[in-house]
Formats: sequence, C-alpha cells, structure tokens
Amino acid sequence: MIELANVQKAFGANRVLQGVNLTIPKGTSMVIIGGSGTGKSVLLKCILGLVRHDAGSITLDGQDVTTAPRDAFLARFGMLFQGGALFDSLTVWENVAFRLLRGAGRLPQEEARAIALEKLRRVGLQPRVADLLPAELSGGMQKRVGLARAIAAQPEIIFFDEPTTGLDPIMAGVINDLIREIVVEMGATAMTITHDMTSVRAIADNVAMLHDGLIRWTGPVGSLDSADDPYVQQFIHGRATGPIAAVR
Amino acid sequence: MTAAGGLALIGRPVLAALAALGRIALYAGQTLLAALRPPFYWREFRMALLQVGWLSLPVVGLTALFTGGALALQIYAGGQRFSAEAVVPQIVAIGMVRELGPVLVGLMIAARVTSSIAAEIATMKVTEQIDALVTLSTNPMQYLTVPRVLAGLFCVPVLVAIGDIIGIMGGFLVGTGQLGFNRATYIQNTVDFLEAPDIVSSLVKGAVFGVIATLIGCYHGMQSGRGAQGVGAATKTGVAAAAVLILAANFILTSVMFGQ
Ligand SMILES: Nc1ncnc2c1ncn2[C@@H]1O[C@H](COP(=O)(O)OP(=O)(O)O)[C@@H](O)[C@H]1O
Ligand SMILES: [Mg+2]
Repeated sequence: MIELANVQKAFGANRVLQGVNLTIPKGTSMVIIGGSGTGKSVLLKCILGLVRHDAGSITLDGQDVTTAPRDAFLARFGMLFQGGALFDSLTVWENVAFRLLRGAGRLPQEEARAIALEKLRRVGLQPRVADLLPAELSGGMQKRVGLARAIAAQPEIIFFDEPTTGLDPIMAGVINDLIREIVVEMGATAMTITHDMTSVRAIADNVAMLHDGLIRWTGPVGSLDSADDPYVQQFIHGRATGPIAAVR
Repeated sequence: MTAAGGLALIGRPVLAALAALGRIALYAGQTLLAALRPPFYWREFRMALLQVGWLSLPVVGLTALFTGGALALQIYAGGQRFSAEAVVPQIVAIGMVRELGPVLVGLMIAARVTSSIAAEIATMKVTEQIDALVTLSTNPMQYLTVPRVLAGLFCVPVLVAIGDIIGIMGGFLVGTGQLGFNRATYIQNTVDFLEAPDIVSSLVKGAVFGVIATLIGCYHGMQSGRGAQGVGAATKTGVAAAAVLILAANFILTSVMFGQ
C-alpha cells in the first residue's frame, strides 16, 4: 500500500504540489487525471524518490520512502516515463532487458533476449524491431518499448505516465488491456496518469483528480460519472468552459 | 566606486568559483566511492576507452606534429641570436615532454571529450534517461561517471606519450629537413637530454588532465538544466571549466615537480 500524506513540492516560486493526500491499496489500479502541468508526473517522481518532496510523508507498506533501503525499494518498481526515456545507445531489446542483464539476479543473454521479445510482443511490437535503435522508432513505438521495459522484470508496483498518448485507438486498446491484465493477473499495484477517458474507464479501480496542487476528487471509477464536483465534470466531458481555466 | 564595492566586485566571482570547486571536489569524492563499490560496468568502460582514447588519436597527433615543428623553428630563430641554434633538439624535447605535450593533449581532450560527455549526459538528463537508470536499480555514478573517468585516467597518459613522440618527430622533421641538422645527432641529442623525471611528469600530468576532462564533463552533464538550452549551457560551461582547470593544474604540477 502506498500512502501520501500532505505531500508538498515547489520548484522555486512554482508550488506544484500543495498537500497531496492519497492512498493506493495493494493490488489496485489508481488512475490520476488532471490538466497538463498540474504536477502528475512530479507526484510519481516523488514517490520513487527521483524528486525529493519538501514536506509531508510518503510511505510504502508503512515504511517512509526516503529512508527505505534504496536498492530493495527500487527493485519493487517499474516505471514508464512520459517521454519513453529509452537509452539511445542501446538497442530496443537491450533496453527492455536492461534490468535482466544487470545486478544480482542477472540472466544469460539468450534468456534475457527471449523475455524481451515476449514483452515486446505483449505491447504489440514484432521481433524485427528488437535489434533497432530507439531513434529508428516512431514516438508511439518508443512508448511501447518503454512500457515493455517497465514490466520486463515483473515488478509489484508499476507506474505508467501517459501510456496511450501518441498511440492509435487500436494500439491504445491493446495497452489498456495489458495494464488491466497486469493488475488482475499478476496482482500488481498500478498508478497510471492519463488524459484519455477511455483509458480511465478501462484501467482504473480508483480515480483521483489533481488540480491546483491538491487531490480535488477521488473515488471508485464507477462513481466518476455521478461525481458532483464541477471540476471533475468539466474534465471528463472535456468542456472548454467551467471552473478550470482554459489558459494556464 | 567605493572600496567596499570594488572588493565585492572581485569577491563575488571568487566566492562563486570556490563554491563550484567545492562541489566538483564533492563530486570527485562520490565518483571515487562509486568506483570502489561493485558493480563495475565493463561494457561502458570499453566504449569509453574507444571514445576517449582511440578516437582522439588523429587530433592529438596532428596538433603535436605541427606544434613540434613550429617549436623547432622558433628555438632555432631565437637560439641564433646567441649562436645557440644547436640546442634545438634538446629544447624541443624538453618543451614537448614537460609542457606542450601534456597541455595540448589536455586541451584537445577538453574540446573533444569533455564536450561530448557533457552533451551526452545532459541529453540523458533532459530526456529522463538518468531517472530511468535509477528506477532500473542502476547507479548513474557507477554506470556513467566511473567508466568515463577511469578511461580518462588510463587513456590520456598514453595519448600524451604519443603526443610527446609525435611532437618531437615534428621538430625532427623540421630540424633535419629545413634547418640542416644531422639525423643521427638530432636523435642522439634528444635521447641523451631527456631524463626519467621529464617523462614521468608528462605521464602524471596526462593522468591528472584526463581525470579533470572526463570528470568535469560528467559533472556538468549531470547538473544540466532543462531543454536544449540546458544541454548547450552544460557543454559550454563544461569545456571552459575543464580547460581552465587543466591549465591551473598544469601550473601547480609544474611548480611542484620542477619549481625551485
Ligand atoms: N525538474 C523540474 N524543475 C523545475 N520545474 C519542474 C521540474 N519538473 C516539473 N516542473 C514543473 O512542475 C510542474 C508540473 O509538471 P509535471 O508534473 O510534468 O506536469 P504534468 O501534470 O503534466 O505531468 C510544471 O509547471 C513544470 O514546469
Ligand atoms: Mg506529465
């Protein structure tokens, strides 16, 4: 279980997170929605310790993430970055197998490559892309390689930062199903950032909306449509007018 | 301007430079600690050897060759005024090995290697690849910095040795081809005149400059700001800082090894 209590983070005068409270129970899928630039990516990075929060506490199974032994902590996580963040000096399969090829439980090349190919297949990529460099792929393909890398070592907790942005609707559907499958079948805990309402409905157990540095609304996905919060209503129906300013 | 204002004008950049030096020293300490702990990334080390060492050979060779030749001409012209033009082989040798070889190679490495390391790591930072490394349980200091700095430590002395030899060869070519020196005597004079401390100092300087050039490249890459502008600034600052530090270190090393 991941618990955030009054988490705050500012970059200079830009107060991005202003007291976020959120609980993600083990084995559930939490989807974070909210306008771009509201700090959704920063929130994930705070949990992983990539960005140090200024105040508040973040705990994983009761242990503070800033004091947890780093290697053991990170070994439990997989993360898909918003921009893919593939290593451009390594081939696609070496990217996917990065963790499998290194560290204490390292696998032989052949075995790691076989797993990489299998993960690539699951994100809808053919084996022929395995030996290409990331720069030779389209943005949507890079995103899917990033996804394959995030799930390659079967982590218990997976963060997906905009997994379907830049994908065609069919591929987005494949990825939504995959994320759902990982949660249901592997029992993983997932946190997904998305702007795509189809994805929200396909992936989420629970939804939280981040606005103005605070969790504006949170609840089960089933009650999203009946939420009487005007911010949520404006967001899920994509209206240009409402309490959320269109110029930010 | 008041005296206090004038002092502040000098004091501020000095303080800023000292603070930067402190942060670099801290970074160097972290690099050392990271190097002493497993794992060691051999593949990255081999790639760094190629990048820092092998691919720098052409530029190092050409720089040294032309400088050695020019040096011979100048020493001949200067020496003539005191009827001392016969010292060309000795002074070329000592000048190349003690000073010009290491300094030129150091500066060329700052231009070629510091810039490419700073730009590469800054781009990785900007595109979240460094964050991705961390989430994949890989320490960026061990994966990126340690292999590059070790490659600098081992490769640059070799490059300096090669630069020294090619520089002396440049002097030899000009001396025997243009200034009328006898080939055998030129070589004999060079070999007789050089002493072990000259060569050792050359290699020590090379090792120090190699560490400075690679460490500063990694440091400024890791410190990069956001966006393409951040990458550009990291590269520019890295090269300038490496060049200045190499020249400063050269002065200190020369004072320690050859000062009275
Ligand atoms: N490393 C950083 N340094 C300074 N500002 C940052 C940094 N990372 C994010 N920000 C700022 O934090 C805000 C939220 O960013 P982000 O979390 O990426 O938004 P999003 O909700 O679209 O994912 C933005 O205003 C962004 O400019
Ligand atoms: Mg984002």
